[in-house]
Amino acid sequence: MSQYLVRRLIIAIPSLLGISVILFTILALAPGDPFEELATNPAIPPEVRANLRASLGLDDPIHERYFAWLLAMLQGNWGYSFVSRIPVADLILQRLPTTLLVIGLSQVLALVIALPVGVYAAMRPYSIFDQIANTLAFIGFSLPTFFTGLLFILLFSIYLDWLPFVYRTDLQSTGWKWWGDQIRQSIMPIAVLGLFQGAAWVRFVRSAVLDVIRLDHVTTARAKGIPEGRVINRHVVRNAMIPVVTLVALQMPIVFSGAIVTEQIFRVPGIGSLLISAILANDTPVIMAVTFVTAFLVIAFNLLADILYGWLDPRISYR
Amino acid sequence: MTEDDLRQMIGRVQRGSLSRRGFVKRLAAVGLTAPMATQLLALHGINPASAQSVPAYRPTRRGGGGQLKILYWQASTLLNPHFAAGTTNQDSSRVFYEPLAGWAADGTLHPVLAAEIPSIANRGLAEDGRSVTWKLKRGVKWHDGQDFSADDVVFNWQYARNPAVASVNSGSYSDVNVVKVDDYTVRVEFPRPTPFWADAFVGPAGMMIPRHLFRDFAGANSRDAPTNIRPVGTGAYLLDSFAPGDLLRGRLNPNYHMDNRPFFDTIEIKGGGDAVSAARAVLQTGDFDYAWNMQVEDEILKRLEAAGRGKVNIVEGGGVEFVQLNAADPNREVEGERAHVSTQHPAFRDPAVRQAMALLIDKNALEQFIYGRGGPATPNFLNNPPRFRSGNMRSEFNIARANELLDGAGWVRGRDGIRVKDGVRLRFIYQTSVNTPRQRTQAIYKQAAQRAGIDLELKSVVASVFFSSDVANPDTYTKFWADMQMYTTTMPQADPERFMNQYVSWEVSSRANSWQGRNITRWRNDEYDSTFRAAQAELDPVKRAAMFIKLNDLIVGSNHVIPLVGRPTVSASLNNLRHVLSGWDTTMWMINDWWRET
Repeated sequence: MSQYLVRRLIIAIPSLLGISVILFTILALAPGDPFEELATNPAIPPEVRANLRASLGLDDPIHERYFAWLLAMLQGNWGYSFVSRIPVADLILQRLPTTLLVIGLSQVLALVIALPVGVYAAMRPYSIFDQIANTLAFIGFSLPTFFTGLLFILLFSIYLDWLPFVYRTDLQSTGWKWWGDQIRQSIMPIAVLGLFQGAAWVRFVRSAVLDVIRLDHVTTARAKGIPEGRVINRHVVRNAMIPVVTLVALQMPIVFSGAIVTEQIFRVPGIGSLLISAILANDTPVIMAVTFVTAFLVIAFNLLADILYGWLDPRISYR
Repeated sequence: MTEDDLRQMIGRVQRGSLSRRGFVKRLAAVGLTAPMATQLLALHGINPASAQSVPAYRPTRRGGGGQLKILYWQASTLLNPHFAAGTTNQDSSRVFYEPLAGWAADGTLHPVLAAEIPSIANRGLAEDGRSVTWKLKRGVKWHDGQDFSADDVVFNWQYARNPAVASVNSGSYSDVNVVKVDDYTVRVEFPRPTPFWADAFVGPAGMMIPRHLFRDFAGANSRDAPTNIRPVGTGAYLLDSFAPGDLLRGRLNPNYHMDNRPFFDTIEIKGGGDAVSAARAVLQTGDFDYAWNMQVEDEILKRLEAAGRGKVNIVEGGGVEFVQLNAADPNREVEGERAHVSTQHPAFRDPAVRQAMALLIDKNALEQFIYGRGGPATPNFLNNPPRFRSGNMRSEFNIARANELLDGAGWVRGRDGIRVKDGVRLRFIYQTSVNTPRQRTQAIYKQAAQRAGIDLELKSVVASVFFSSDVANPDTYTKFWADMQMYTTTMPQADPERFMNQYVSWEVSSRANSWQGRNITRWRNDEYDSTFRAAQAELDPVKRAAMFIKLNDLIVGSNHVIPLVGRPTVSASLNNLRHVLSGWDTTMWMINDWWRET
């Protein structure tokens, strides 16, 4: 097992290097620079822009810039944001709690909906419950989040005036009121993301459970007189979870990278909105850091999923 | 009315034999506006009735106003005015930092950290135009309790002009010399007589950072300064917290140097999102007091305004959306350079074609159907302040006349309906940045041009590419490798010198200057050059204004530049918020004077 782990970790290194080369090259080849607003302002002489470009190293050859970046990254230095002129790590750390809270909770919400609904629907396929769950699931993942987001804002913020649609990181209130305000402002973004994700997962869990529930060992378990609850929990769900684990594990990196569209709509200061504003401003160090960390997390969670298989199904073993 | 009459009248006001009001009335009788009249007086050292350029501030004590909530759909990313590339960062920095003086809405100066505005009368301005002496306000303290003094002013000059710091304001400081006269007096010296002396230490580029905190970061290590995001200024608010790209919070400065100010106990600037929902948050739900830069269709704004909670503010400035017709040929290479200045555009060298192009854009339709209140049609390139506005230009939309002109000049329609002359077809590439109103303008122009036998090929480039300084990219607006292009140029100061240098021959954008020259149209004209040089040295404000009007008439009259609509700044605020806005300075230029009526 530990040998397997070491091997997988060693394989990860060239993949990460490859990813970083590709990301860096694409960003370096992309046109534009971070000085759009300086350009149309006649008070700023062109030499100032040229000087700024040079000071940020934008005029150096690509390979030199790449190795400089790689060296710094290996030393744990993620570089300076062109736009904010502060370390990228600070920018990301500042936004991490909000991202983890909003996106993380939305994933939890998705799981809380998907698991029971999916399992129950599979236990009684084509029943009324299954039909309704299916229809809602289809609607849920057919509507894009930017649409449901706007719909929620119109309904709950503008017409009913129940919930605020501007997310704020530091609320003034304290104690119970703080909790109330925090919940009020988080409901909409979490619900939009969670319902969308949950809808897709319901379908997935249902079909995974359906595959297992018809197998012989389930029939045998029932024939032995084991109570239905135990049959489902022990013999069906545990076996059906293997594909679901893969899916959920691969979804986890987005908890870090954030949800670009939803964050923008609700003004949630998460990593997704950091990424999109960095892309719009051509702030290469920030784009590089966020995308690279996401790539790293994808690889890490893949490995985690593989290890979880072994725990869920003892027949799978690693050497 | 001749210049002499005007001077005599100004003299009479100076001597007191004619009242200010009488002067304004007489000028109105001959068609000069009141702002222009008061400005003429101000330029001669006759101050208009006190603080006319800034609305009255009524609160009688400091604080007690609660919270002021402001919404920007672009978030500020840093709080050092010398690194503030965009208006969002300038605005946020201005909450904490202050310049010696700011520009009021009518284009006059208003003292902030200066004790008074220098003039010839108070001996602040040298008669020969070679220096200006600023007297600083006494008793001003930085947020950490240190005194603000002339040393700080001198330090800002050194800091901004140092190339290692890479300040965006270096252009305002690199050519001047600054001398400390005493602890509360500084003198700015110019290498040559300079009529526009209010650049260094004024407005957005003039915000003062404290010497004692930035002294150790005044070189290549400037970006390491912790105070870049934790400002310690002289402003009306102290920093509470700042999350770059998200939220800025400040609280009342109990030691602020102006009486009874500020009114609000705390200030909050939230960034991010989009313009439409920002408008909603003010006008419809009233969650915020003020929303910046409402780039929203006027239709929608009017509908939101109908809720009755807030209003839309239109503040005039000098920004103008305009079309350029390339004077050089973008399709021919000379010495490996496209649009080389030695070439002539095959079609646009014919004045009839240029005039026809100017006749083919329906500016009123642009105002009415696209820009609304955010874009009044204009015949001038130089629109504001009013004292520099030409009355000689007219715009006309007339397809029949355009056809007539082209027929007369020998441009004949080919079989496909496109006009040709000597093998040159009237088929132009018309580029602009990706932006809905611009694409709609392109479509309107194309339709009208078609009816005159001119085919426009529309091209749109992503803004971050179009406006970049990337030398390797062929689509930047400074390269202008197209026949026509359209964008907005802004005018950050109430003086047109920097603005009008866009058409002087020594600024032509070319490979030699990495396409950084400001004359992008590549139009050259000796009369323009000599008039501009003369205006640079003319110390008489009236004569100088006339020169800038002439410059406007020259470039607009050539039709190489076709002004479309003015671009005032549009913002939204609650009905009870009393703010002080100006098109010549940042949004927050008088944040200390904002208050709420109850």
